Amino acid sequence: MEGSQAAGMSKARREEVDDVVIRFAGDSGDGIQITGSQFTLTTALAGNDLATFPDFPAEIRAPAGTTFGVSAFQIHFGSRDIKTAGDAPDVLVVLNPAALKVNLGDLVSGGMIIADTGAFTDRNLKKAGFDANPVDDGTLDGYQVVAVDITALTLEAVKPHGLSQKEAARCKNMWSLGLVYWIYDRDRDPSAAWLNQRFADRKEIADSNIAAINAGHAYGETMEVSAGKVHAYSVAPAKIAPGLYRTVTGIEALSWGIIAGAGFAGLRTTFAGYPITPASAILHTLSKMKQFDVTTFQAEDEIAAAGAAIGAAYAGNLGVTASSGPGIALKMEAIGLAISVELPLIIINVQRAGPSTGLPTKTEQSDLYQAVYGRNADAPLVVLAARSPSDSFDVAIEAVRLATQFMTPVMVLADGYIANASEPWKIPDVDAYDKFPVHFHTDVEGFHPFMRDEKTLARAWAIPGTPGLEHRIGGIEKSSTTGNISYDAENHQVMTDLRKEKIDGIAKFIPDQDVALGDDKGGIAVVGWGSTYGPINRAVQLLRTQKAKVSHIHLRHIWPLPPNLGDLLRGYDKILVPEMNTGQLTTVLRDQYLVPAESLSKVSGMPFKVTEIEDAIRDRLETKK
Amino acid sequence: MNVTTRPEKLTPKDYASDQEVRWCPGCGDYAIVRAMQSALAEMQAPLEKTVFISGIGCAARFPYYMSTYGFHTIHGRAAAIATGTKIANPELDIWVISGDGDSLSIGGNHLMHVLRRNVDLQYILFNNEIYGLTKGQYSPTSRVGTRSPSTPAGSIDAPVSPTEFAIGCGARFVARGIDSQLKQLPQLFMRAKKHKGASFVEVLQNCIVYADGIYADFTQKSMVEEKQIAVEHGKPLLFGKDRTKGIRLKPGRMEVEVVTVGAGGIEEKDILVHDETNKMMAHLLASMESPEFPVAVGVLYCEPGPTYDEGVYHQLDEAIAAQPKASMNDLLRAGSTWTVE
Repeated sequence: MEGSQAAGMSKARREEVDDVVIRFAGDSGDGIQITGSQFTLTTALAGNDLATFPDFPAEIRAPAGTTFGVSAFQIHFGSRDIKTAGDAPDVLVVLNPAALKVNLGDLVSGGMIIADTGAFTDRNLKKAGFDANPVDDGTLDGYQVVAVDITALTLEAVKPHGLSQKEAARCKNMWSLGLVYWIYDRDRDPSAAWLNQRFADRKEIADSNIAAINAGHAYGETMEVSAGKVHAYSVAPAKIAPGLYRTVTGIEALSWGIIAGAGFAGLRTTFAGYPITPASAILHTLSKMKQFDVTTFQAEDEIAAAGAAIGAAYAGNLGVTASSGPGIALKMEAIGLAISVELPLIIINVQRAGPSTGLPTKTEQSDLYQAVYGRNADAPLVVLAARSPSDSFDVAIEAVRLATQFMTPVMVLADGYIANASEPWKIPDVDAYDKFPVHFHTDVEGFHPFMRDEKTLARAWAIPGTPGLEHRIGGIEKSSTTGNISYDAENHQVMTDLRKEKIDGIAKFIPDQDVALGDDKGGIAVVGWGSTYGPINRAVQLLRTQKAKVSHIHLRHIWPLPPNLGDLLRGYDKILVPEMNTGQLTTVLRDQYLVPAESLSKVSGMPFKVTEIEDAIRDRLETKK
Repeated sequence: MNVTTRPEKLTPKDYASDQEVRWCPGCGDYAIVRAMQSALAEMQAPLEKTVFISGIGCAARFPYYMSTYGFHTIHGRAAAIATGTKIANPELDIWVISGDGDSLSIGGNHLMHVLRRNVDLQYILFNNEIYGLTKGQYSPTSRVGTRSPSTPAGSIDAPVSPTEFAIGCGARFVARGIDSQLKQLPQLFMRAKKHKGASFVEVLQNCIVYADGIYADFTQKSMVEEKQIAVEHGKPLLFGKDRTKGIRLKPGRMEVEVVTVGAGGIEEKDILVHDETNKMMAHLLASMESPEFPVAVGVLYCEPGPTYDEGVYHQLDEAIAAQPKASMNDLLRAGSTWTVE
């Protein structure tokens, strides 16, 4: 917790704090992600700013009680603006020994541990690798420990509703949620409403879970009153711009942004995908949006998904495909075709840790080279990166704009963190966005398929079904003047130059690079892209309050780069580029601008901590003189 | 390059593009493109609604020689790309043109799925049992022992039968033709187009450079009657110069044999009658190979079923009918929201 203030002596002797980090952890089957998302919803409704970090294993149901089966959900919320999911939890809720084993090291010193002692059986302790019970062998000395037999109290609380023992025990996540609700003074009603809706056809399950929440809540109240055992806190609402809000994940924002963008372009959408973690959720989300004239196609493989999206674009739809690094690698030949025939195509890459299968559920941003350079031959396309869950909405719209206006594939880079994390989002008015309607070519006069718009260099988009414009396109080089097959040497030079010029020229149609925080010259520029936005911004903010000369620049347009970026970067004394890879944007910046950009690399499958970036900046501040 | 005024009646020539054909002189592909042009003219297929989509290989150059819409894509993926085109615009009439390597090696997966999904398009597989465009390597349909630059001592892997593969994948229209059948081939293409769903047509095609004469034992004029059997729904499986040879089920066995009507007590009623809706019969016909059997040509199997694109639009229409005024603003505001004053 940062900046704790004096305790108020209100009705529950609640201590007011600015921000809190809570991590819920338990077995994959314990319902940890649901617990976390319920706390997120309630906290958002309480008016706090927040950021979340769901972290779950690659296995669907790893053997119960094992350390590799631990699932966790971290939420950072506060009365100030919250930019990251928090470096270290203040509160750790553990529903079994393995969850304690895996997460204890991250807890702040003196932090609170809520542990279900009912799950700390000899068997479970052994599975987690404990020789003795850590709850009472001194391991947890120095922490504020709330050791409760949550399992037993849950069974007791839900008894009247007649669930089986197994179903009853599954309500213990809600009991722990109820207790945490009491500790942070949260309203229970939204979760009750959600449970009633979710289990509308099994009322006894809804009732049991609500009873468990109430029992956990009552436990906190009673213990506080009787023994002062549990501290209670309050977190005031954050000062947030007025408006209507909701929470949003990156997957939702990307999916909705694509459909909103298709609407602005006046196109129907065909989305083709193949299941892959963590991108599949885009297919799931869009498949429930058919009312927006979206066709979703689960293809036989990644290549077919890219192919079908290209086939749909050929027919005049917005063709979209999504995957993660290994799947994008499979699609790359097809993307080369889309570049060669100059059809619009959206490719979303929800990056994960690699290479190969790597760490499928862990985050990384190591596909920047793949996006910018990873194709055979001179094959440029547009690359955009989303910085946060909510930013994904506008990035997706920008992708549709550039793809359709310039007849080019656009690669959108998100990552596992952005995809799954949620944050509050001031809901935009979709009607207020600039539209960019597509006009299919219909004029027969002088038509050939590679005739171009003078300004954008986009070729004419003439779709099958248009009388008089019958033509053939393909991956073989075509004449720049007729569109027919051409093996002519000079023509290939012309066409290669044109393809490059078209993509480079897009720089004229994108905004200048702004400075996210700080000055537009002097001192250190910390340059980032993608999901490092939160930790970089917070680190720079904290250092600037200490008068450090440091600024934050965050890129959305990765390729082409914003037109003013070179001049902007040259105005700083040092350039530091934190990336969850070994220095990919760093290389691009050094190559494009000959600036001494320095890489700060982290590839642990986890996002940067604010302190990691803060420390790195401080090192450079100190060595400056 | 575009015809601005359309003739009232399209002739085969109107379906030919102005591009110079670049297949080897004498290639079987010339006959197939002509057969296609006459089939389209026969049906008066609208130029603007007809789309040829191909992968890579000699056959895949086909779209460039047609005056319709055409998309020459990448190796093996034409079926996947065509599926996207069809679901984006089901009004289009799509022909996939492919070869044996394109369809059954690199593109085997996509062929399987376009057939089992029953996407409403025509899939024409030119089978010449060789990789032509890469200069003569053996292909997945080459017979064991095929000597080629990559198999100088003869190929050792068993070939796949395109028609049996198609039936196995759940194709609902499977036919076989031969490049030299100037009369029958257009008819076969017309049947394929008439069929709703994925129509699979194997065309045995002679590669004059790398595999010349591989089908000669049953395609040369003198052998046609004795070594081919043109199957027709509802007609007995008879062939031969005086149509006395026939196909019957071997008594007590699930296999066919060639018999002669009038010899050894065989009567015409013993001869199998072709039922194109019978999948087992399609299997038996597809598996008949020269020299033991006559090679079956014509429609081996035709049993229409629901198509993928129909299903897609059924679900789409239902969802739109249920929420005819879906608005993104409403969607974003659905569920839990809160107001910050």
